[in-house]
Amino acid sequence: MKVFLAISLYIVLAPVIGGILSGLDRIFSARLQGRVGPPVFQPFYDVAKLLSKETVVVRRSQGLYILYYLIFVMFAGGLFFAGRNLLIVVFALTLADVFLVLGAHKASSSYSFIGAQRELIQIMSYEPALLFTAIGMYLVTGSFYVSEMASFGRPIIVYLPAMFLAFIYVQAIKFRKSPFDLSTSHHAHQELVKGVTTEFSGKTLAMIEIAHWYETVLVLGIVYLFFGFNAWLAAAVALCEFFAIVMIDNVIARARLEFTFFSSWIVALIFGMGNIIVLSGLSKMGLI
Amino acid sequence: MYLLGFLLVFPAIVAFALLVLKDDAVRSHIVKAAAVLISLATIAFLVDNFHDEFRFYNLGIKSIDTGMFVVEVLLAAYIFYLSLKFKRRMVTLLVVVQTAAMIMLRVTYGNSIVVANDFFVDKLSIVMALIVGILGSAIGLYSIGYMRDYHKAHSDVRDRRGFFFFIIFVFLSAMFGLVLSNNLLWIFFFWEITTLSSFFLIGYSRTEEATWNAFCALEYNLWGGIAFILAIYYSYSFFRIAELDRLMLMGGMGGLIPVALICFAGITKSAQYPFSKWLLGAMVAPTPVSALLHSSTMVKAGVYIILRFAMVLDNLAIGYVVAAIGGLTFLIGSAIAVSQHDAKKVLAYSTIANLGLIVLCGGIGTYEAMWAAILLIVFHAVTKCLLFLCVGVVDSEMHTRDIEDMTSLITRMPRVSVMMQIGMAGMFLAPFGMLISKWAVIKALVDSNPILLLFVVFGGSATVFYWVKWMGKMIMVVEPERDVEIGVGGEMWIPLYTLTVLTVLFVGFLPLLSKFLIVPYIIEIYDRTITMSHGNIFIMLVMMGLILAFPLAVINYGKGARIVSPYICGANAEGGVAFTGAFGRKREMEMKDYYIDRYFGEALLSRVGFDASFVLILAMFVLAVL
Amino acid sequence: MKAFTKSPWVIHYDGSSCNGCDIEVLACLTPLYDVERLGIINMGNPKHADVLLITGSINGENVSVVKTIYDQMPNPKVVVAIGICATSGGIFGECYNVSGGVDLVIPVDVYVPGCAARPESIIDGIVKALSVLEEKRKGGCDD
Repeated sequence: MKVFLAISLYIVLAPVIGGILSGLDRIFSARLQGRVGPPVFQPFYDVAKLLSKETVVVRRSQGLYILYYLIFVMFAGGLFFAGRNLLIVVFALTLADVFLVLGAHKASSSYSFIGAQRELIQIMSYEPALLFTAIGMYLVTGSFYVSEMASFGRPIIVYLPAMFLAFIYVQAIKFRKSPFDLSTSHHAHQELVKGVTTEFSGKTLAMIEIAHWYETVLVLGIVYLFFGFNAWLAAAVALCEFFAIVMIDNVIARARLEFTFFSSWIVALIFGMGNIIVLSGLSKMGLI
Repeated sequence: MYLLGFLLVFPAIVAFALLVLKDDAVRSHIVKAAAVLISLATIAFLVDNFHDEFRFYNLGIKSIDTGMFVVEVLLAAYIFYLSLKFKRRMVTLLVVVQTAAMIMLRVTYGNSIVVANDFFVDKLSIVMALIVGILGSAIGLYSIGYMRDYHKAHSDVRDRRGFFFFIIFVFLSAMFGLVLSNNLLWIFFFWEITTLSSFFLIGYSRTEEATWNAFCALEYNLWGGIAFILAIYYSYSFFRIAELDRLMLMGGMGGLIPVALICFAGITKSAQYPFSKWLLGAMVAPTPVSALLHSSTMVKAGVYIILRFAMVLDNLAIGYVVAAIGGLTFLIGSAIAVSQHDAKKVLAYSTIANLGLIVLCGGIGTYEAMWAAILLIVFHAVTKCLLFLCVGVVDSEMHTRDIEDMTSLITRMPRVSVMMQIGMAGMFLAPFGMLISKWAVIKALVDSNPILLLFVVFGGSATVFYWVKWMGKMIMVVEPERDVEIGVGGEMWIPLYTLTVLTVLFVGFLPLLSKFLIVPYIIEIYDRTITMSHGNIFIMLVMMGLILAFPLAVINYGKGARIVSPYICGANAEGGVAFTGAFGRKREMEMKDYYIDRYFGEALLSRVGFDASFVLILAMFVLAVL
Repeated sequence: MKAFTKSPWVIHYDGSSCNGCDIEVLACLTPLYDVERLGIINMGNPKHADVLLITGSINGENVSVVKTIYDQMPNPKVVVAIGICATSGGIFGECYNVSGGVDLVIPVDVYVPGCAARPESIIDGIVKALSVLEEKRKGGCDD
């Protein structure tokens, strides 16, 4: 029963939280640029408008891929907040992203094609760090289940400080923030137009936006896990970290594709794998 | 017993019949009948042995040993002659060494070698037999149509189809022998037969390249053969052991040299680095041969023999070295696949990588790793077989193997491209089999040696990249093209449909497969096992349900949407993907995938893989001797 | 629905403008005018846009481009002609290569004359266009 409650709460609340965060993001970015910025509910107005607009497509089935993207992001998030296996969550998230990429391919347009290829390289870039995070948490808590990670009691961040850095590094990819907003971005709409989302309009574009809100909440949920021993602290850190990434988004130029890929693998290797090696070494020596 | 005999002897009889009968129609009927009979026999074999943990069979006929020895020497002589004729000095040398070792063993111990049980059937043998029987037959069936088209398209290649099918069925017979025998000398005999069969199949077209690659395969596998015969020699002369089960039970007590030698043999046969070159060269052969070598036979023999010794390797330094070789192969293989255009090469590298994953599990040798490894063998065999057969169809209808040419395959060959997509999804996506296995591998590694995760995690990420970009290529529609699928013959569709259905069904059947075939084997060896929780099975089934609904939904989706041209800055030109350039000229566009040669280039990474694994192989032997 | 007028995404197309009006359009995005206050975002993509801003006149080269972009925008949509060139061809109207204003090719909903049109009047034009947009939404999709 508790599981169903958690899933329903996520399904209902995640878009609200994600949307408000997105609105705050836009205000915060505007202030950093010396502007007033839109109202905080602007993302909801945008999505409401998109939902009532006509959908134009290049290929009829392209929207179905996006529907599946949304469904699997919700599925992954639902599993996460139901306290299920974190590895399955990561795999479901990859599956969701694959549907987005395939949808962009299906649209058969040059811009969405390049966006899709870039998105693929981004998937390849963030996946190691995400998997290492799940594995690191398993090494600390002895379980892949999110429920047991959340109720671990002790601060996971103490065991996985470097892993946290690696995770933040790739988080910019998941949030589609500079320097890693190569496949599609909230800003600079002239550059490669809109990447993966170029050919999507109306309801389909709204679905992508909503999926992004779900994804934001899911990723922040993983940040929460690092500080899960104290709910208030964890929530505060997740929020601060979100705005830190928005800040970075505003002050850093976009990275090149090869740099994105190469650096995130190196970071995952040094900080993620390094942390795991140190951790398992210490536990073999009986220090933990 | 009769069934076992049938599996061993029947394919061989069929093989000789096919060699003699030259008529095309007769041959195709025989192959069809034999394929059905062999598949049914393997299933009957499963049912027959289902309730026993394991069974031993003994023939007690000494003359079989002598017969095998004579055949081996004759074949060695023939290879010796061929290697002289084609001036392959290394092969000559290896054949001489191997035959000398064989004769030495025979002369020294001769008829004194007494084997308690010739055959040994447990759940692992049954799983392997099922793979060989069902997939091997499917490939045989597919070959009828494929080879007909092949000879139409390649008029310069002499039509030796009788010989081709002869070798295919000899191969199946030898594979059955290999996975069911307990007598090490017999295993060695069958091992050599598979090596020679693949030599003949790779060299089928007799072009210069094919001959070269066939000799390359032979050379690498002869290294393995020498290691194998030395292992038998060592274990018999020191411990008087010539049986697989006793060697396994002895484990590491009598030193690790025989185990290391057999692992080395397995590594050569399963095309791990530094021996992976032969499997890539094998791509010159007709596609059914690639399917056979990659999915159900040859390379699976290599991992089979390593898995047999997995429990010995558990928690040993040498085991970790074997695991590292597998892991390295997985990482390098997956990474190189990113940079490949040629569809068959991508599949080849993916095979090498996945075998690496299985070897990794074998090297780890814990019960969790073993569970993952057997799942990987099964899923990989089915899915890879499907993919090869699909690529073969595309090749024979469109005469291209380049991934870039497969743009819009969904309109040109709708059914085949859907099958390919199911196959590809089966290779790396949740909730299909390979991903479940990979998940189990991660779990197994976390519990034993987290450092090896390095290979799995990075290799797995590269895997996603090369499959999805290929899938994306196929579903794009850049211009309406005619359907070229009509030319595909009926007997080619049967194996394709069967394998597609199997790929999908395995997700549902996974719990059953695990419960009835894999878990009993794991319990028999380790006394404990893992099971998937019901919750996770449920989650996987929900995902599968959603994915299965996709093709149904696709038919009706988007009816209400208005269709417009793709965005090309408003400068769209009529027809296809083209824009209007300066002076109103129509310019065509091409969309090409990223290959990231700079980091994933074949030349660079192969060298890294070769050097690193060479050191690891040396380390393995040093550790074994110490 | 109010959301419709609160989130106008614009696409900006330069016909054969002297760039004066283009610069003024982009000036609207700067901190001084900050049209994002009104939810206006400059999209580079007709498929995401609600409002098509066109500067400069129509000539032989860009007729098909303007038509395609207009066609690729999902309904309901409005067109704002910015600057006197887009309105009627302006001082280039008599040139050998200029056909005239945007309304020769696609229906224009709001005209913002000026040489160059000032940012205030551009914003005013867009806001006017929003009421047209709202009417079009209520009246169902035309076109």
